[in-house]
This record gives sequence, structure tokens and C-alpha cells, in this order.
Amino acid sequence: MSMEEGTRTSVLFERPRALEPVRMHYCPGCTHGIVHRLVAEVMDELDLAERAVGIASVGCAVFAYNYFACDMVEAAHGRAPAVAVGVKRVRPDLFVFTYQGDGDLAAIGIAETIHAAARADNISIVFVNNAVFGMTGGQMAPTTLPGMKTSTTPYGRDPKAAGNPIRVCELLSALDGPAYLARVSVTNPQRVREAKRAIRKAFEAQLKGLGFSLVEVLSTCPTRWAMPPQKALKWLDDNMAAYYPIKEFVVAEGLLEEK
Amino acid sequence: MAIRRGERILMRGNEAIAQAALDAGCRAYFGYPITPQNQIPEYFAAHMPEVGGVFIQAESEVAAINMVYGAAAAGVRAMTTSSSPGISLKQEGLSYMAESELPCVVVNIMRGGSGLGNIAPAQADYFQAVKGGGHGDYRTLVFAGWSVQELYDLTRDSFDIADRYRNPVMVLGDALLGQMMEPIILPQDVIDPDDLPPKPWATNGAKGRPRNIINSLYIDPADLEQVNLRLQARYDEAARREVRYAGEHLEGARLALIAYGTAARVSISAVEEGRAAGLPVGLFRPISLYPFPSREIAALAEQVEAILVVELSLGQLVEDVRLAVEGRCPVHLYGLSGGIVPTPAEVLQKIEPLMAETRA
Repeated sequence: MSMEEGTRTSVLFERPRALEPVRMHYCPGCTHGIVHRLVAEVMDELDLAERAVGIASVGCAVFAYNYFACDMVEAAHGRAPAVAVGVKRVRPDLFVFTYQGDGDLAAIGIAETIHAAARADNISIVFVNNAVFGMTGGQMAPTTLPGMKTSTTPYGRDPKAAGNPIRVCELLSALDGPAYLARVSVTNPQRVREAKRAIRKAFEAQLKGLGFSLVEVLSTCPTRWAMPPQKALKWLDDNMAAYYPIKEFVVAEGLLEEK
Repeated sequence: MAIRRGERILMRGNEAIAQAALDAGCRAYFGYPITPQNQIPEYFAAHMPEVGGVFIQAESEVAAINMVYGAAAAGVRAMTTSSSPGISLKQEGLSYMAESELPCVVVNIMRGGSGLGNIAPAQADYFQAVKGGGHGDYRTLVFAGWSVQELYDLTRDSFDIADRYRNPVMVLGDALLGQMMEPIILPQDVIDPDDLPPKPWATNGAKGRPRNIINSLYIDPADLEQVNLRLQARYDEAARREVRYAGEHLEGARLALIAYGTAARVSISAVEEGRAAGLPVGLFRPISLYPFPSREIAALAEQVEAILVVELSLGQLVEDVRLAVEGRCPVHLYGLSGGIVPTPAEVLQKIEPLMAETRA
């Protein structure tokens, strides 16, 4: 840390070391930037950057490899958990995390996600759920809420025709593999602090060798939701958080020993 | 491992492939069950723990190749194997690995296709193997053996070649070669992964060096073009250095058969019977299918009066032969499909009328 006792000036706020000093491409009001920062802050606190391998996925976060200041691998759409498993199994000494969106993880990559969790593979997943395919233009995601309008559900998602949303944490809770599963949001400072605590627990689960960990972060997409950022945050609180309860689903015993 | 080296032992093709990988320092195998290659994952499941390596029976072929992608990214020699339908599923991963410049070895124990097809020997995945297979402007380097010993040797060499070119290498066998048992001599020397050259590009923790990024996304066409030109330069180098082939009874031959793998195995019997009957016929056997021995086949076309391609597919290998021959001599095709393997007598029946033509 930069704050040192005895010095006259101290830095109270700075860019995390695990975040590259580059401009991000995310839209105004998108919460990816906050989530990136939380991941980087936890990496700094746990001193992970030099032994971390991050797996970027396909979606809005595809350029995550430009932002996290550690070794990065860009994976094919949905395959990040399998790639992470490949890295982690051959190098268990490394810290391996994926950063995935809801289209990537819950649609095309749901098999890789479920099986990595079932095998208790010792990886950590940061799962950003904004209920929509952002990068490709706002199409329906598996997490799109019933009635929610997207470019491929222009009349609102009709569960009879377009299926029901997938609650990923609840789905994975049915398995014995996960060591830590939590759903958080970042819509206000308190939620942000809780989200950071959850990410830290997930990373600690891996460092302690407890098995699979995943933090689902409910996130806004003002661009594709066609809302100003403030309204998007409120819409998330009122609608997404109602469908996707914010809570810890699985906390392994090894994590409960924390002070 | 209580395995005898330096003397003739009996081994199944599939098992020899797995042993070759272990002997090459491969310490990560990811696979999914599919006939007729199941002895490969089974062999790794039994023997990978003995060398401290990783074996995972993945949830799908897609997951398996992406686990290979991760292990290769971390700098470890990694492998997956499958049979035709499963190899189709791996093509996405192979495209990503080629563009991300990651080495790996993939074995396809080919079966009858298309679709679910059957589990009989076939060579119908030739185009898929040698022309790129997945999307984009890349190739896999492809080698095809015709015996258990050669499958061992090629699989082992393929790990060196994959590392040298930072590109996926594919070894082709088929249901017959994978399942049959033959005498094989395993070399005494095996590769210790710790002795392999370091991979400074690997994503294995950026301690004391700038961070590494493994990626196949290049938004600017000029950047992507540079990567693709770099890959192409490597393929050109492979064309100069990695071409492999064998010739049998080609001296004085007026008709040359061209075949690889099991088709070559049957063809050599036909050629030997033909020679015994006084027919001037020989066999040219491509071992590297990409890079293809085009120059050697062009030279052969100057020497013989006609070429007969024998393949367990309906006209795939023959296309590359015709491209190499460039009209220098007639190129005939004896293609079989659906898992049908000809007898030497049936190949000989195709040879005889062509010989009559060449004499005429």
C-alpha cells in the first residue's frame, strides 16, 4: 500500500496496480468499469498480479486483456471456464480467474460453467450479468427478464416463446463443487463494498484450495437498455434485484473461519 | 511404468499414440469418449498420474480442446484426441489456437462419415485436416502414419514440430490403425518436460517480466493481416523443412499409386503382387499431408506414365495430387467411402487395366 506511517503526505485514492493505466472502451454509465476496479483492488490486496492468469471472454469485456495488469488469455465465446481449467490444472500455483458476461457464461458457455463447478475446479469466475447481449447490439440473453424488450424480443420477452431466465447462482447451488457462490450488485457505495467483499472471498476460496468460486455481479447496460445511467441503476434495483436475489448462496466452511 | 523399451513389444495403435505423447513430455491430456479411439484417453487415465501429469475427461470435445488451449497457454505440452465427429467439434478451438500461436497435438482416429457415420476405418476427414478445418486463414500441420510404429514416431515428433511452429499439429490414423496391434520398439530415451526449451510467451504469471497476452482478436485489419502473414511464413518454412514421404518400388515404375495410412497399407500389398506378376508399379506414400509433398509428386509425374490415387474417401487426396501433377500425367482415382476398405486384390484389379493403357 502507498499509505506509510510517518510520511507527511499519503495517497488516499489511486489506480489499483493490477489495472493498466489505459482508457477503457466501456460506455458511459456501464458498471464494467467498477467491477474491473474491484477485481484489481482485490488482486492488489492479495498480491496476486504476478501469479495471476486472467481469462477474458467474448462480449463487452472481450478487451479485459488490455485492462488487467497480469498475464491474460482471450478465450473463445463461452469457453473461458475450460481455458481456465486448462491453465489451473497444469499450474495449480497460479491464480486463475475468468471475467465473463451473461451471454458468454449462461448461454453458449453454460456447459463449461456447470462442469467446472461440478468438478470443483479451483478457479474463480467474475460473472457480469446485465441481462442483455451488449456488444452485439442488445439482443436477448438467457438472463433477460420476462417482458424485457431487447432487439430480438422487440415485444418484450415472452417466456412461452423465448423461454425463462436462468438464475445462474441458484442453478450452481445444486452442485457439490462450488466453494463460494454469491450474487452482488454495484448500484450504490454500500453495494460496491459488499461486491468487493464477495470478490475477495471468491479469490480467497481459490487461494485456500477450496474449489470453484463465482461472483455474479448484476450490472447495468444503459446503452442497450436505452436508459440514462441513473435510471438504469434504479431499474436494476427495482427489477433485476427482484428476480435475481442479492445474497451469498454457498460459503464453504473454510471461508467461514474468517474473522 | 513397467514398459519394455528397446525391444519388440506388441502394442495397439491407440496405446502407442498415448505412450508417444508421454515420451514426448506431454503432461496434459483432455478428451471425451468416442469410438474408435477410446484406448487413448483410457491409457492416459491409467498412466498420466505416474508422471504427475493432468488427465481430464471433459464434458465435451469443445471443452477438451479449450482445456488444451489453456494448458498450452500456460506453456505445457498438451494433447487431445478424438474421432471424426468429435474432431469437427474441436475445429473452433483449433482455429483459435492457430491464430493465438499456441502449440498442441491433436489425433484424429478417423471413422466413416459424414454425420454419425460409423466406426469403420475411413479417410474422409482429409479436407478438414489439411485445408484448415475451422474458420479463418490458418492451417494445421498434418501427418499420417501407416503402422503402429510410425504413429508412435509421428506423434512424438509432432510435439517438437508444434512447439517449433507454435501451431496445432494433427496426426491422422483411422479405426484400423488405432485398433490393430503390431510389434513396436519404444526408444530408450524419453523427454523430461523440465529439459524442454522455455516458452517466454506463455501466460504463467508475469513475475519479473512484462505481462503476456494470448489472443486472437485484432480489430484493425492491418494488425490481423500481420499475424496471418506471420502464420503463412511459418507454413512456408514448414513446407521447406517438414515434408515427409516414402516411396516403395518406384524405380522403373510406369504407374505410381499414391496413398497414405491404411489405403497405403493395402496398396503396398497390391503393388508387391503386381511386381511379382511383372507389372512396373510402385507406391508413393505422403506422410506429411500438410505440408504436402507437391514437388516430389511433380517429379514423380515426370517419371511415370500415370498415377492412381487410392483413398478411403471419394476424391479428397486426389485434388492435392492433381494440383501437384499439374497435368504432367493422367491422375486416376480409386476412392472408397463409408468405412469400406479394399482388399489388395481389388486394388490390383484397378492397377491392371491402367497398366495395359500405359503399355499401349
